[in-house]
Amino acid sequence: MHTKDINENIAWAKINEDVLRSMENPRVGYWVAVAACILMVSCAVLAEIYQYQVGMGPSNLNWPHMWDLYIATFVFWIGMSHSGTLLSAILHIIGADWRKPIYRFAEAMTTFSLLTAGLFPIIHLGRVWNMYWVLPYVSDRGIWPNFRSPLIWDAFAITTYLTSSAMFLFIGMIPDLAICRDNARGWRQKLYTVLSLGWQGDDRQWRHFRRIYLLMACFLIPLAVSVHSIVSADFAMSIMPGWHITSFPPYFVAGALYSGCAAIITLFIILRYFFRFEEYMTIPILEKTCKLTFAIAMVWSYLTLVEFASVWYGHDMASKEALIARFTGAYAPFFWVMLFCGIVAPFGLAFERMRRHLPTMFVLSLILNVGMWLERWMIVTPTLESSYYPFAFDTMWPGIVQWAIVFGSFGWFGLLFLIFVKVFPSVSMYEVKEMVFHRRHYHSEEQAVKFHRRATDRQLTDQPGTEGA
Amino acid sequence: MSLKNVLENWSDYRKTHEQGGHHEYEHMWTLAIDLNKCTGCNACSVACYAENNLATVGKEKLHKGQGMHWLRMERYWDEPQMGGDDAEYHERGASFLPMMCQHCNAATCEPVCPVAATYHTPDGLNAQVYNRCIGSRYCSNNCPYRLRYFNFYSYYDTSWPEPLNQQLNPDISVRDKGVMEKCTFCVQRIRTGKDQAASEGRELRDGDVVTACAQSCPTQAIVFGDMLDEESEAAKLWAKQQVELGPYEQKKDKEGSELRGYRVLEALNTDPCVMYLDRVREA
Repeated sequence: MHTKDINENIAWAKINEDVLRSMENPRVGYWVAVAACILMVSCAVLAEIYQYQVGMGPSNLNWPHMWDLYIATFVFWIGMSHSGTLLSAILHIIGADWRKPIYRFAEAMTTFSLLTAGLFPIIHLGRVWNMYWVLPYVSDRGIWPNFRSPLIWDAFAITTYLTSSAMFLFIGMIPDLAICRDNARGWRQKLYTVLSLGWQGDDRQWRHFRRIYLLMACFLIPLAVSVHSIVSADFAMSIMPGWHITSFPPYFVAGALYSGCAAIITLFIILRYFFRFEEYMTIPILEKTCKLTFAIAMVWSYLTLVEFASVWYGHDMASKEALIARFTGAYAPFFWVMLFCGIVAPFGLAFERMRRHLPTMFVLSLILNVGMWLERWMIVTPTLESSYYPFAFDTMWPGIVQWAIVFGSFGWFGLLFLIFVKVFPSVSMYEVKEMVFHRRHYHSEEQAVKFHRRATDRQLTDQPGTEGA
Repeated sequence: MSLKNVLENWSDYRKTHEQGGHHEYEHMWTLAIDLNKCTGCNACSVACYAENNLATVGKEKLHKGQGMHWLRMERYWDEPQMGGDDAEYHERGASFLPMMCQHCNAATCEPVCPVAATYHTPDGLNAQVYNRCIGSRYCSNNCPYRLRYFNFYSYYDTSWPEPLNQQLNPDISVRDKGVMEKCTFCVQRIRTGKDQAASEGRELRDGDVVTACAQSCPTQAIVFGDMLDEESEAAKLWAKQQVELGPYEQKKDKEGSELRGYRVLEALNTDPCVMYLDRVREA
C-alpha cells in the first residue's frame, strides 16, 4: 500500500519527461472529448442566439421567477473557482507541500470556472448589448453605475478575481514554461519563449519569483473570501425571505470550497488515469484532498443547519414559511436530494477504504457536485416561488433554453480545460522537484533524527514523516 | 477627457446624488383606494393598458405569468371554512384589490438596480428609466409586491398589428424586449399638467393631474393627488384615515379603531404611497 506522498527517488529528467509527454500527441480519446465539448457549447450558443433574438421569454421565466438557473449556475461556477485558491494560496502559506503536484490544474480550474461563471450574468441580462453599463467607465454625461447595488460589487469582485487568479496561474507557471521552451520546437517554442519572460533560473530570478508568488498568495486569500461573500450579498442584501440571511457569506464561502474540492477530486482522477500521472498524483495525496473535502463538507453542513435554526428561531413568519416551503413545496424533492448529496454523501469520505478506491471517489465527487449545484438552485428558486405576496405565489420549471445554456457551460469549461492540458504543463514540474528534493534530504532516517525536534520521541520506521501534511 | 474632468465629474456625482431618496420633495403623489367602492370591473386596468401602451401578450403567455398588467385586479375569496358552506361562499363573491406600483418612499427596488435605472424623483415617484435598464431583473426580485413587469418578448408586432399602432399613446414610449416596466402614476400626465400650469403661470392645483385608473373608475374608488397639497382630495382622505407616510404601523391597527386606512405590507418599512380603505362587510 502506498504511504508516501511521492517517491523520493524520481529522477529530475523523468519528471520533465512525464509532464512534457502529457502535453503532446493527443490520442483519439482527447479529440472525442474536444468534439463532445464543442457540441455542448454549440447547444448553448444556439440557445443564446435564439434568446438574444426573441427575448427572455422562451427560458420560461415569469414575474415572480425573474432569476432561475442562470443565477444558480453562476453561483455554482464562482464557487468552483475557490478551491484553486485554497490549494495554491492557503496551502502554500501554511506549508502543506502535498499540494505541489496537484495545484496547477486546480488553479487552471479556478480561472476557467471564473471565465464560465462570468458568462452567466451577461447571458441572463435582458439587454445583453448594454452590459458594459455596469462598469464605471468615464462618460461625458456623468452617468455612473449604482454603487449601492450588489450586482455592481459582483462586477468588481469577479473581474478582480479573474485577473488576479489568471496572473497567479501564469506567474506560478513561468519556471515550467522555461522548461517547455527548452524542449519545444516550432510554434510551441515561439509561444513559450514569449511566455517564459526570459527565465534563466538564476538566483536573482528565483528570489524575486518567490517573493511575488508569496505576495500574490497573500493577496488572493482575502480576495477569494470576499468574492463569494459579495456573491452571497446578491441574496443576503435583498429583503426576500429565504435570501435575507446573515449567515450567507460564510455559508457561500464554505459551499464554494466544498464544490471546488469535489471538482478537484474529479479532475485529479481523470488526469491521473489519462495522463498516467500515478507517480505524481498519488493515492496519499488524493486521501489528503478527500480529508480536506470532508472537513469542509462538515463545515458546510453545520452552516446549513445554522441557517435553518436561525430562520426557525428568528420568528419571522414569512421566512419561516419560506423555509417550510423549501422542505414541503413543489421543489421539495430537489431539496431533499440536495440535503442527501451535500450532508449524507460526504460521510463516504470518512472511510479510508473508499478514499483509496478511485472509481468510488470519482462517482462520489460527482454526487457532491450535483448536490452543490442543487443547493444553489434551491437558494434561488423556492424563495421566488413563495415570498411575501401570496397573489404572486407561483411554481415555474425552467425552459429548454435555460437547460441548454447550463449544459453548454460545462462543455465550455471542459473545452478550456482540454486546451489547457495540451498547451500548458498540468503538473508543476519545478515544484514536484522541490518536493522530491525536500523528501530526499529531510525525510531520510538520519536527517529526520537531525532535523525533527520530536524525531527522537517516536519510533522511527521506514515511513517518511508527514511534515506539513 | 482629462483626469481633471473625470474627478470633477465624480465629485459632482457624489454631491448631487442623494443616497436613499432623501429629497426635498416638490410633490408627493399618492393614491387613496376605497375597496368598499371597488366593484372589480377592471376599467382601471383597461384604461391603464390604453394610456401606457401596455402590450397584450395573449392568453398563453399571461397564463405563464408573463403578462404586462401594470394595474392588476386581484380577487380574493373568503375561504368556506371561515363561516358558511360552499354555496354561500360563492354568493358572497370575491373581494377585489387593485394593485399597482406602490411608489414606496423607501423602495426596495431602487438600491439594487446595478445601473440606477430606477430611482426616486423629487415628485415622490419611483421612476423607471427604460433607456437605462439593462434587464438584470433584480428590482423585481426585491419587490415584495411583485409589481414590476418584464418585457420577455418584443411585443410591438403582435400586440399592435397595423393599424392598431395608430392608437398608441404618443406621450410615452413603447418598450422593447429586455426592459423592466411598471406603473408610473401616469408620469406623462403629471408632466403635461405641470407644463400646462406653468404656461398659465400658476401653481399646480388638485385635479390638474388625474391618472388613467382614477379617471376611468366608475365608482370613483381611486383618488389621485398630492400629499403635500393639504387641500387635495387624496390628502384629505389620508388625513381622515389618520394614515401617515413614514411609520410602519397605522392607527387602524390599534385596538378598537374604526379607521379603515392601511398600506399593503407596510410592516416591511417600504413606506408605500398607496393607501387602501379596508372593505367592510356584514358578518
